[in-house]
Amino acid sequence: MSKIGSLGARLHRGEVGYDFVKNRKIWYGISILITITAILGLAVRGLNMGIEFQGGAVFTTPKHMSTSVSQAETYAVEASGHDAIVQKLGDGSLRIQIAGIDTGKSDEIKDTLSKDLKVNAEQINADLVGPSWGKQIANKAWEGLAIFMVLVVIYLAIAFEWRMALAALVALIHDITITTGIYALVGFEVTPGTVIGLLTILGYSLYDTVVVFDSLKEQTKDITKQTRWTYSDIANLSINGTLMRSINTTVVALLPVAGLLFIGGGVLGAGMLNDISLSLFVGLAAGAYSSIFIATPLVADLKEREPQMKALRKRVLAKRAQAEAQGEPVADRAGASFDEETADAAPAVVGPREQGASRSRGRGRPSGKRR
Amino acid sequence: MAAPKKGRSASAQSKPWRSLALILIAIVALTGGMFASGNTTPRLGIDLAGGTSITLRAVPERGQESAINKTNMNTAVNIMERRVNGLGVSEAEVQTQGDDNIIVNIPKGTNSKQAREQVGTTAKLYFRPVIATELSAGAATASPSPSTSASPSGKATTGSGDKATSGDKATSGDKATSGSASPSGTATQQGRAVTDALKADATPSGGATGSAKSSSTPKASGSPSPSGSAGNDATAKLQAQYAALDCSKESVRATAGKGALPTEPTVACGKNNAGVWQKYVLDKAAVDGTDVKKGQAVFDTQGAAGWIVQLDFTGSGGKKFADVTGKLAQNQSPQNQFAIVLDGEVVSDPQVTTAITGGNAQISGSFDQQSAQNLANMLSYGALPLTFKEDSVTTVTAALGGDQLHAGLIAGAIGLALVVVYLLVFYRGLSLIAIPSLLVSAVLAYVIMSLLGPAIGFALNLPAVCGAIVAIGITADSFIVFFERIRDEIREGRTLRPAVERAWPRARRTILVSDFVSFLAAAVLFIVTVGKVQGFAFTLGLTTLLDVVVVFLFTKPLMTILARRKFYANGHKLSGLDPKALGAKPPLRRTRRPARPVDTKEA
Repeated sequence: MSKIGSLGARLHRGEVGYDFVKNRKIWYGISILITITAILGLAVRGLNMGIEFQGGAVFTTPKHMSTSVSQAETYAVEASGHDAIVQKLGDGSLRIQIAGIDTGKSDEIKDTLSKDLKVNAEQINADLVGPSWGKQIANKAWEGLAIFMVLVVIYLAIAFEWRMALAALVALIHDITITTGIYALVGFEVTPGTVIGLLTILGYSLYDTVVVFDSLKEQTKDITKQTRWTYSDIANLSINGTLMRSINTTVVALLPVAGLLFIGGGVLGAGMLNDISLSLFVGLAAGAYSSIFIATPLVADLKEREPQMKALRKRVLAKRAQAEAQGEPVADRAGASFDEETADAAPAVVGPREQGASRSRGRGRPSGKRR
Repeated sequence: MAAPKKGRSASAQSKPWRSLALILIAIVALTGGMFASGNTTPRLGIDLAGGTSITLRAVPERGQESAINKTNMNTAVNIMERRVNGLGVSEAEVQTQGDDNIIVNIPKGTNSKQAREQVGTTAKLYFRPVIATELSAGAATASPSPSTSASPSGKATTGSGDKATSGDKATSGDKATSGSASPSGTATQQGRAVTDALKADATPSGGATGSAKSSSTPKASGSPSPSGSAGNDATAKLQAQYAALDCSKESVRATAGKGALPTEPTVACGKNNAGVWQKYVLDKAAVDGTDVKKGQAVFDTQGAAGWIVQLDFTGSGGKKFADVTGKLAQNQSPQNQFAIVLDGEVVSDPQVTTAITGGNAQISGSFDQQSAQNLANMLSYGALPLTFKEDSVTTVTAALGGDQLHAGLIAGAIGLALVVVYLLVFYRGLSLIAIPSLLVSAVLAYVIMSLLGPAIGFALNLPAVCGAIVAIGITADSFIVFFERIRDEIREGRTLRPAVERAWPRARRTILVSDFVSFLAAAVLFIVTVGKVQGFAFTLGLTTLLDVVVVFLFTKPLMTILARRKFYANGHKLSGLDPKALGAKPPLRRTRRPARPVDTKEA
């Protein structure tokens, strides 16, 4: 732990760190590439919509069936007159999916099947879905998504500012696109469970983003009163400073989901648990990525367009040039950063800093020493 | 900065025990409440306990889209509840969901097929003239059945002209009856009488189309012969049905007259005023349930009739009702009665003494307030213009439900164990705070879910279990935010106690903001979505709220208390707060000033 702990400390002080903001173009590029792939995947392959979205029936037999899959398939086709997909689950039960049948007709099919498979009809689990049901779930989900996005953008715009709200929204859309894209490309079946998982990503993806933004907001409180760092520098610091936390929370969030996935996928074979956890897993990973690599750099980008920040940048660059001209070792951004960290809570320290270069030069020194 | 500072001074630093006591009292009280109410486990949803869950969607009829509103949905729920409970199902629940969905959950051990049939059909309310009736128990008690057709045939001659123009179907029926009047006169045996009456009625259903085209007599006389024979089969069947009908048996009642078209005569059961089951042969429906605008239970103060039910008909309904009562009033008992049939069951069979015109009517009898209210409700409900479509039907056997519950619990245990191990490895001593906090969260969530079962009908389903498992992550996340903050402060060189107090206001803000976003997502999902998604959103929202409560009232005070302990305060290696391991700077800013002179050295 001491290694991780000290890594955390070094990240915290900015001794080590990755310049997320500087390299943002690369990450934007990667994200755009992934997004395009996802959209292409969606357009070309489309989503593998489950029975719930087409209308049909899923029958699950009791455990330990002796009937083979192909035989059950024949039975199912005979009984329904439609194509049937039969899976054998981990516990030996059969999962028979028949698309395109009416909810009314399914009872007959169930009876026929129970006779063919020699099990009691009351022992067969049936999930019958009208064709409009899945559509309704999906529509409601989209509706919820839209409402949530509007509300959250309003909230973030109030709690933080509109640029952060916009960036968070972009990150959110990014996560959802990637997740659905992966579903399209890999061909996982989309069920209401998937939709639930996807909707949960909403909260989670933003949860991560919000924590980074919170730190960013705190650290940039008095940004115009100093001339050491540009907004992008501080944004970068915020990401690095909260990196340990981001990693930890993502791991901690993924662990229970992994447990679900293991049980749902490995033991039960298929079903709701599996569907929810799969989309959560994909979405959480995408969410952690986007809050670090997309959302915050995007805020920095937007912020740097502000006249105030432009002016600040000019001042900072001028000072750095000046410092260089004087033969001063340039207080490199990473090294100097921890000062801001200590100062952030104490405006009194920031105050004197605006008095001039000499003062801040002095304060920049400890970093030089540490190096 | 002001807010955190204020928060700091006002925070629980000085009285952490008070917060701890508060939350412990809350836990004890809730747990006590749970045991007192006897609901020691959360109510399980259909997918975990086994049973059938039916989702119905209201389908608007043309031009009546606005009929799908809250009131109508609630009345539909009431009707369905009555129907399902009429099956003898205990604990079946019917509830609305979203704007236009009704969920019917029927626990295991019920004939799911029958339940589906019961629930899926729209409430059908008809006013049918009574042809014959008798107590169900006795087989051949000759109930008064004078020749049905005699009087109508007389009336048909007088009224056929103008009534035919009004397009009333009942009129054509009367008209046609005249043809078959003679045989019924000889009928002495009750069964015969029924047959004839039915034959008479069966005929016009064929002939009605003819008379609708042109009300010429030749056509009417021509039609009886072919349709009469066809009617004979149906009549014989009906008669057999009637004879076999034993309304005192519930299973028989459930199927009696099911699926009868309003344009056909049918048999039905009903309870009479004495509470005894009675069976009926009923004519085709004269007035539709949709013709009733409103039913109302009123206490008749003037006529001393006690409780009566007042009916308001719609315009066309009033006309039809006036027609049929006008005819019925000329009959003798029981054919001067009409039966109010709701979903195949006779709920009332008032006698008619005069033609009732004017679009409203009163039904009097030996009602008490309850029964009058019931009938009024039924009359109002039966007029419900909502049709329902089965959107999804899920049947889960108890075995599978148990398996799924089991799997969910194991998954939860695995998830919790993984998180605990991770916290132990990464936060060491701090996990002594994190793990009890998680446990407190879990206990609170469990107790609240148990209590919400009876309180608001919350049922734990599989997605809800998923939500709870996912919430482990969210809850642990708050601790991580707090701990990382404390570590940051320690890295700044602070000692533990000030570090905790400084870290808390910031961590608190972060936790609140992010939990709010999470809660917002859950709330929007809960309100907007339907079905399984809702259960998930509910647990997610609940656990997010609990997370805030636990962090504020448990984690933080516990941290404050433990910060006084040497083990933590001195940064023991295993405490997870070892300043050296965290790479802290030499303690406090003060000591950084000596570094200043370096300036000069470098200069």
